[in-house]
Amino acid sequence: MPSLSYVAAVNRALRDEMARDERVCVLGEDVSQGITGLTKGLADVYGTGRVVDMPLSEQAFTSLATGAAIAGQRPVVEFQIPSLLYLVFEQIANQAHKFSLMTGGQASVPVTYLFPGSGSRSGMAGQHSDHPYSLLAHVGVKTAVPATPSDAYGLLLSAIREPDPVAVFAPTLLMGASEEIDDGDLAAVPLGSARVCREGTDVTVVAVGHLVPIALQVAAALAGEASIEVIDPRTVYPVDWETLGKSITRTGRLVVIDDSNRMCGFGSEIAATAVEEFGLTVPPMRLSRPDGAVIPYALNLDHALLPDAGGLVGAIRAVLR
Amino acid sequence: MRLIREFEEHCLEKALAGTIVGGIHPYIGQEAVAVGVSAHLRADDVITSTHRGHGHVLAKGADPKRALAELYGASTGLNRGRGGSMHAADVGLGIYGANGIVGAGAPIAVGAAWAARRAGHDDRVAVAFFGDGALSQGVVLEAFNMAALWSLPVLFVCENNGYATSLPVDRGLAGDPVRRAAGFGLTAAAVDGMDVEAVAEAAGQAVAACRTGAGPHFLECATYRFHGHHTVEHLMGTKYRDDDEVAGARARDPLTRQRARLAPEAADEVDAEIAALIAEAEAFASSSPGSDPRDALDYLYAGTVPARPGA
Ligand SMILES: Cc1ncc(C[n+]2csc(CCOP(=O)(O)OP(=O)(O)O)c2C)c(N)n1
Repeated sequence: MPSLSYVAAVNRALRDEMARDERVCVLGEDVSQGITGLTKGLADVYGTGRVVDMPLSEQAFTSLATGAAIAGQRPVVEFQIPSLLYLVFEQIANQAHKFSLMTGGQASVPVTYLFPGSGSRSGMAGQHSDHPYSLLAHVGVKTAVPATPSDAYGLLLSAIREPDPVAVFAPTLLMGASEEIDDGDLAAVPLGSARVCREGTDVTVVAVGHLVPIALQVAAALAGEASIEVIDPRTVYPVDWETLGKSITRTGRLVVIDDSNRMCGFGSEIAATAVEEFGLTVPPMRLSRPDGAVIPYALNLDHALLPDAGGLVGAIRAVLR
Repeated sequence: MRLIREFEEHCLEKALAGTIVGGIHPYIGQEAVAVGVSAHLRADDVITSTHRGHGHVLAKGADPKRALAELYGASTGLNRGRGGSMHAADVGLGIYGANGIVGAGAPIAVGAAWAARRAGHDDRVAVAFFGDGALSQGVVLEAFNMAALWSLPVLFVCENNGYATSLPVDRGLAGDPVRRAAGFGLTAAAVDGMDVEAVAEAAGQAVAACRTGAGPHFLECATYRFHGHHTVEHLMGTKYRDDDEVAGARARDPLTRQRARLAPEAADEVDAEIAALIAEAEAFASSSPGSDPRDALDYLYAGTVPARPGA
C-alpha cells in the first residue's frame, strides 16, 4: 500500500482544495518555496498570485486574510512558528472570530490558520516549543489537532470548506510520521467528530495529537492488564461530546493526556465535563505540561515537562485501582 | 454632513439618557472627512472604520434608521443589536465595520483590496479610516507596506484630530504623518479636514488614481472633535484642551463653512429633510423589538457547533 507522510497529506489537501475551489489561496512566509514543506510545489501549479509570499508582517497578513475572506476569498494562512499565535491573537480572537456575531451574521470569515511544527521542538527552547491550541479552544475558534496523515488531510479539507475561521495545529512530533493508505481512501473529516482509535471496556483514554500513537502503544502494552479505549477528539473545539460521553459513561474511568499547559488547558475541560455529566466511577486523571510551563533549552529539562508514556501508564493504573 | 451632525446630536442626548448603552465616541466636528471621502465611493467599494465610526458608516450609505436601531440594541439594527456603536457594519454596502481596536481596520481594508484584485474587480477601492493615534500601531504600518508592495487600491485616511484620547499628537507621534506614509511608497498628501470641498477634492484625486492602478494613497485630514473622546469623559473630570482651542476649532465648523457656500433656501431644505429623517429614525428605533436573551449567541458561527452536554 502506498505510504503518505503527514507533511505530504497537508500539501495534498491544499493542492486538492485549490484545484476544487478557485477562491482558496495560501498566504504566509516563504510559502512559494514551501520552506516548511506544507506548501511545496503549490506555487508551480497555482502561481504566486494564489500562493503568496508575505512580508514579515504576521499581524497585517492575518487581518488581510480576514478582509479577503469577507470579500469572498478562502485564504489559508500558514504561520512558520506556532508561538506566532501570541502575536496575532488580536487578529484571530478579536477580529476574525468575532466578526460574524458582532455584525449580526452579515458575513463570516472563512479563513484557515495552519500552525505546523507545534509542540516541543527538541532544543528550540522557550519561544519555539509551545503547543497553544487550548487558547483558541478557550475563545471558541474551531481548532483541529490531527494525529495522522489521513486526518491531517481530512481535517484540513473541512477547515478550508468551513464558513468560520478554523485553526489547524500540526504537531512537531508527527511532521515526520507516515501512514499506509490508498489515495482513494482520503476524505474530508468533519470538524467535531472524534475517532475511537481502539475499543476497550475498562478505561477511556482521551489523547490529543502526537499523544494518540503513544496512548495506543500504552494500551497495547497494558492489554493483559486492562481493556483500554483510546479516543482522539481530533478537534479540540468543538469537542465531540457525544462520542466521548458514550465511552466515558460505559467505562466509568477517564484519563486525558494532552500536551498543553495544565491550568485552563484542554485536559481540564474534558475532565470537568466528564465529572459533571458522564457518571465517572472514580475521579479522572489529567496528564499535561505543568502550569504555565515554558520549555527550557536543555533536552532533559524539555522532556521532563512533557506528558509521556510512563506517566500515562501510571495514571491508567491509578484510575483502575 | 448635516445627517451625521444631527444623528450624533441625537445620539449624544440618548447616550447621556442611558437609552444608548456603552456611550458613544462622537464624530461631531470631523464630518467633512467622512463625507468628502465617501462622495467618491461606490456601493461596491469597501471601508473599514474606527471606534468613532458613525460618520463613516452613514456617509457610506447605511440606513440611519437601522444605524440608530443598532445603537438601541434592537433586532432591526444594522447588526441585529450585536454590534452597537463600535462595530456598526453593513457588509452589503462595503462597510466592514467600525472597530473597537485602534488601527485594526487597516489590514482588513488591504485584504479587501487584495481580494477585489484577485476576483478581477480592478477598479474597486478600499478605504481605511483611522485616527492619528493609530499611526503608532504597528499593524497600520505593516498594512502600508503591504499595500505599497503590491500596489493595491487602498486609500488610507488619517483623521488627525490632534488627540488620541487625551494624548496630544505631538506627544504621541514622531515625525510627520505624510512623510511617514511617503516613506512606505504611498502617494501622500495633507488637507484641511474641516473643509468638505477640500477633502472631496483631494480624496477625489486619490480615489480616481487608486481605481486606475496607481497604487495606495494616504490622506492626512487635519480636523478636530468638538466633544470629548467618549460620552463618559466628562464624568472623569478630565481636561486636556483649553476652551479657547475648542472655540477656535468650532469657529471653523465644517458645516457652517459649507452652509455659507449654499443658497440659504437649499440649506434650509437640507435641514428640514434631515430633521424628518432623524424623527423617522427615532420612531423606528424606539419602536423596534429587542432580541430574545436565549438567542444571545446567535450568529457566532456561520457553520455549526454541536451542543455541549448539560447545556
Ligand atoms: C490598540 C488599542 N489601544 C488602545 C485602545 C483604547 N483607545 C480607544 S480609542 C483611543 C484613542 C485613539 O486615538 P486616535 O487613533 O487618534 O483616534 P480618535 O479617538 O482621535 O478618533 C484609545 C487609546 C484601543 N481601543 N485599541
